[in-house]
Amino acid sequence: MNMQAPIDAVVEVTKLNKNVPSPDGELQILQDISFVVHKGETVAIVGTSGAGKSTLLGLLAGLDEPSSGSVRIQGQELFDLDEDGRARLRGECMGFVFQMFQLLPGLTALENVMLPLELVGRGNSQTAARDVLHRVGLGARLQHYPKQLSGGEQQRVALARAFAPRPAILLADEPTGNLDARTGAQVIDLIFELNRELGTTLLLVTHDQHLAQRCKRVLRLEAGRCVSEVAQ
Amino acid sequence: MKSPVQAWRLAWTLLRRDARAGELRVLIAALTVAVGAVAAVGFFTDRLERALSLQANELLGADLVLTSDRPVPGDITRMAHSAGLQTTEVLSFPSMVMSDGQAQLASIKAVGAGFPRRGQMRIADAPFAPERVTTALPPRGGVWLEPRLIAALNAAVGKYTRVGNSELRIGAVLTHEPGRGGDFFSIAPQVLMNLDDLPATQLLQPASRVEYRLLIAGEPPAVRRFRDAISVRLTPGQALQGVQDARPEIRAALSRAGQFLGLAAVTSVILAGIAIALAARRFVQRHLDACAIMRCLGASQNLILRLYIYQLTLLSLFGIALGLVVGYSAHWVIIEILGQTLNVAVPAPSVWPVLGAVATGVVAVAGFAIPPLLQLRNVPALRVLRRELGGLQMPGVLTYSSGVAAIAGLIFWQAGGVVLGAIVALGIALGIALLAGIAGVLIVSMRAVQRRGNGAWLFGVSNITRRAFNTVVQVVAFGLGLMILLLLTVVRNDLLESWQKTLPADAPNRFLINIQTDQLGTVRDLFARQGLPAPALYPMVRGRLVAINGAPLALETLADERARRLATREFNLSWTAHIDTASKIVAGVAWQGATPAPQWSVEEGIAKTLGIKLGDRLRYDIAGQTVEAPVTSLRSVQWDSFRANFFVLASPGLLDASPATYMTSFYLTTAQAAWLNTVVQTLPNVTVIDVAAIMQQVRGIMDRVSAAVEFVFLFCLFSGVTVLLAGIQATHDERVLENAILRTLGGRTAQLLRALSVEFLVVGALSGGVAALLASVIAAVVAVRVLEVPWHINPWLWLVGLLGGAITVGVAGLLGSRKVLTRPPLEVLRGV
Repeated sequence: MNMQAPIDAVVEVTKLNKNVPSPDGELQILQDISFVVHKGETVAIVGTSGAGKSTLLGLLAGLDEPSSGSVRIQGQELFDLDEDGRARLRGECMGFVFQMFQLLPGLTALENVMLPLELVGRGNSQTAARDVLHRVGLGARLQHYPKQLSGGEQQRVALARAFAPRPAILLADEPTGNLDARTGAQVIDLIFELNRELGTTLLLVTHDQHLAQRCKRVLRLEAGRCVSEVAQ
Repeated sequence: MKSPVQAWRLAWTLLRRDARAGELRVLIAALTVAVGAVAAVGFFTDRLERALSLQANELLGADLVLTSDRPVPGDITRMAHSAGLQTTEVLSFPSMVMSDGQAQLASIKAVGAGFPRRGQMRIADAPFAPERVTTALPPRGGVWLEPRLIAALNAAVGKYTRVGNSELRIGAVLTHEPGRGGDFFSIAPQVLMNLDDLPATQLLQPASRVEYRLLIAGEPPAVRRFRDAISVRLTPGQALQGVQDARPEIRAALSRAGQFLGLAAVTSVILAGIAIALAARRFVQRHLDACAIMRCLGASQNLILRLYIYQLTLLSLFGIALGLVVGYSAHWVIIEILGQTLNVAVPAPSVWPVLGAVATGVVAVAGFAIPPLLQLRNVPALRVLRRELGGLQMPGVLTYSSGVAAIAGLIFWQAGGVVLGAIVALGIALGIALLAGIAGVLIVSMRAVQRRGNGAWLFGVSNITRRAFNTVVQVVAFGLGLMILLLLTVVRNDLLESWQKTLPADAPNRFLINIQTDQLGTVRDLFARQGLPAPALYPMVRGRLVAINGAPLALETLADERARRLATREFNLSWTAHIDTASKIVAGVAWQGATPAPQWSVEEGIAKTLGIKLGDRLRYDIAGQTVEAPVTSLRSVQWDSFRANFFVLASPGLLDASPATYMTSFYLTTAQAAWLNTVVQTLPNVTVIDVAAIMQQVRGIMDRVSAAVEFVFLFCLFSGVTVLLAGIQATHDERVLENAILRTLGGRTAQLLRALSVEFLVVGALSGGVAALLASVIAAVVAVRVLEVPWHINPWLWLVGLLGGAITVGVAGLLGSRKVLTRPPLEVLRGV
C-alpha cells in the first residue's frame, strides 16, 4: 500500500479504524485501512456482506466518524471538520449514488437534480440540471416524479444528480444492486462515460464483479481488513 | 443554499408535493378547526362588545343617565339646565295592559319631551311593516307597542289598550327605541307612553316599584363637569351611567358568555393540538430519509431545520387563513341561533378576533408541531446507508411541554383569570385522565375477548389492542367532545325535566303584585267568587339597607358587583307572624306569637353576600323613615317553591307604619286563566305575573343559548375527527403493508373492509360508551348534590353515545383509511 501522499491525491486514508460496541464487547468493523486515490482514478471496493465496505464508504464521505485514523479529501482532514463542515465539503466536492437511488419522492426528476446545486448556492441550477438529465437520456422525463419512473430511470436521475455539481469525487454504494443485469450494465456505462468526460474520481462499493473489473483498482475487504489491492 | 429565496422556493416545492399527496390534510384540518373555533367565538363576542361600545349613547339614549328608585329631585334637574344641559324624564315599571279582554304583562316606559336625547326611535304602521325613523313621541292619549305585545293582545294599530285606569290608542308599532337596545334578554314587551298620560292611569302608587331616569345630554365638557359635580351628591339608590359604563350588568353577562364560549373553543384547540402533534410526527417520519439525503448532498443542520420551518410556516398560514374563513362563517351561525334573543344590531368586527385566532394557530403549531420537527435537525447523513439510524424517537416528557404550556396559556387567556383558568385546566386534565384511564382498562380487557373471536372480529379488535396507545388517544379525543355534547343535550333536558317533576302539580303559577291596602277586600272577594282558596296576602314594603350595627354600609368592603348592587338598591321587605314552610331556620330562632319584640329574619344567601351575622342590628330607610332591629334568625329559602319568598322578613309591628302594597301567589288551571282578565279589569293597577309563561320564555332563551354553546362544541367533535384521522394516518404505512400481505395470502377486499369496520365501530362505541359513562356520573352528581332532584339512568344517553360514537367514528375511520384498501399489493410490497 502506498503510504505517501502524492500531490494529485484526492482521497488519502490512513490507519482508519472503526469499532462499535456489541454485547460481546467492542466489534472491529474496520482495521487499519490505508490507501490513496488519485485524481481521475476509478476504485472498486469489494468484499462479502459484513466486510465493512459500506462503513468505509460512509467514513470516506464523512457520514460517520472513525474510532481512529484519518481521511483527507483534497488535502483537507475530514474529521477536523464538524458535521456541518463535512456536509459543506460533501456539497462542494462529492457526489453520491446509492443502491436504493434515494431520490426525494416529493420532487420531480429536474428538481431532484437541481437540489444539490441549490444547496451549495450555484446559479443557473435549472439549466445545468436540464443538461445533465439530457445527457443521461432523460430529457423527456424532466417533470416526472420518482415513482413515475422505472428503477433504471430513477438510478439515471440519481446519476445526473450526482454529476450535476461536477464533483471531484463520486462515491457509489452498490449502484447496480437494485437493477436487472441489462439496466445495470447501462447504468455502469453511463457512470464510466461521465467519469471520463468530467474527470471525476470514482470510488464504488460493489458485489458486481463485472462492475469491479471495469475499475482501475480493486480493494478487497475481508472482516474489516484490506486484504488485497489489485491494479487492473 | 445561499439565498433565502431559494430556500423558500424549495420549501414551497416540497410542501406542494406533500399537499398533492394528501399528506398534509389532517394537519391543515386540525389547525383550521382550532383557529376556526377561536375565531368564531372571537368574532361573535367582539361584535357584541363593539355593539355595546359603539352604540353606548344609543344604549343609554343620552350622554349621561341618572337612575334612581325615587323621583329625581328637582334641584338636580335645575342644576343640569343651568349647566346648559338638556334633560328628559323617563319612568319605567311593569304593569298589565289589556285589549279586547286579553291581559298581558308589559314593561311600561313613560317618556317626557325630548326623548330620546341620543339615538333615534323607529316605528311602523303594522307589525313587520316597513319601519321609519321618528322624532315625535306618542301623542297624549296614545301608546306605541312592541310587535310581540300587539300579537299577544291580538290588537292592531288604531285599537285601544287599557293601561291602568286609562284607555290609550295604539298609534304605532314600536320597532326600536334607544335606551333599551342593550336588553339582550328581555322578558316583558315594551309599551311607550307619554309621561303626561301617566297620572291618569293611577299606576303610580306608594311603594310601587318604579325606576326613574333622568336622561342628560349636551356638550361633552359640560356633561363631564356636571357628572363630576353630581357624582359626589348621589344618595343611596341613585346611580350615574355614562357612555363608558353603560349597562354594567350586560357587560358582565357578555364577558361571562365570552369566557364560557372561549373556553369551549379552547377545548377544541386542545384536541386539535393532539391531532397536530400526531400529524406532525407522521410528517417528520415521512421526511427522515429526505433529511438524510439532503445532509448527504451538503445541507447543514440549520438549513434543513429552516427548510422545514418554512414549510410549516407556509402550511400554518394556509391553515390559519382557512380557519379564519371557517370561524367568520361560523360566527354568523351563532348570531343566527341567538338572533331572536339578542336585541342589538351588531357592527363590523374589529381586528382583535383575527389576531386572537392567528395567535392561537401560531401557539398550537409552535407547541405541538415544532417539537417533533426539531428532530429532523439531528437525522444523521449515514441514514442513507443504514436506514435503521436516526429513526423517530418516542416523545419525551419535555417534548410537548411547550404544547402543554401553550394550552395552559390559552386557557388562562380565555378564562380571563387565574382561579377560573386553574379550575378549567384542572378539570380538563382530570377529564382527559379519567377518559384515558377508563379507555385503557377497557382496551386491555378486550385482549381476552379478542381471543374468542375469529376472522374480521379478530383482526379488527387486534388492531385496537396492538395499537393501544393510539386507540386511547383517539377515544379520549372523541370521547371528550361527545361527553360535552351529551351533557349539553340529553343530560341538560333530563335535569330540567327532573327538576320540573319535583315541583308539586299545584305549585303557584301566578303572582298578583302591587295590590293596594284598600284593595285587599276586593281581592279576597274575587278569589271567593271564583271558588279559589282564600289567598295568603303578603305585605311588601320597599326599603334600603343603610347601616349594620350603627355603621353606614361601606360599599367598598363588599366582595363583588352583585353585592354592591344589592346593597344600594331598594328591595322588598315583608312582615309575617309565622315564617312560611318554604323557609327553614338555619341559625337563631324564629319569632313566635303576635307581638314579639322588633326583629329581622334574613335569608342566608344574602346575609352571606352582605356580611350580615346573627345578632347584627340592621337599619332600613323606608320612604325616608328609618327602622332598626336585630337579626334573630337566618333562613334558607326554597325559591323554586314559587311561594312569596322574601330576603328580609320583619316581625309583626316593625313595619306597620310603612307604606305597603300586597302580593299573593296561587295556582290557576288553564281553564281558569280567563278569570285574570276580570281581576285586571277590576283592579287595573294590579300586575299579574304568569310564572309558567316566564319559565317558558326563560327556557326558550336557555335553549337558544345552549344551542349556541352546542354549536361551539361541535368544533370539539370536529377536532376529535382530526385526532382520529391523524391516528389513522400515523398507522397508515403499517396498515397498508399488513393489508398487502393479507391480500397476497388470499384475503378479499370485503374481509379487509369488515376488519376495518369492526375496528372503527368498536373505537367509536368505546368513545361513546366512555362519554356516556362520564356524562352519567356528572349528571348524577349535579342532580343529587346541586339540584337535589332524584337521578335515574337515561337509556337514551347510552344509546346516543354508543350509536353516535360508532357511526361517526365508523364513517370517518373508513373514509380516512380507504387508501389502505385501494393500493395494489404489488406496489406496496415492491416499495418495502
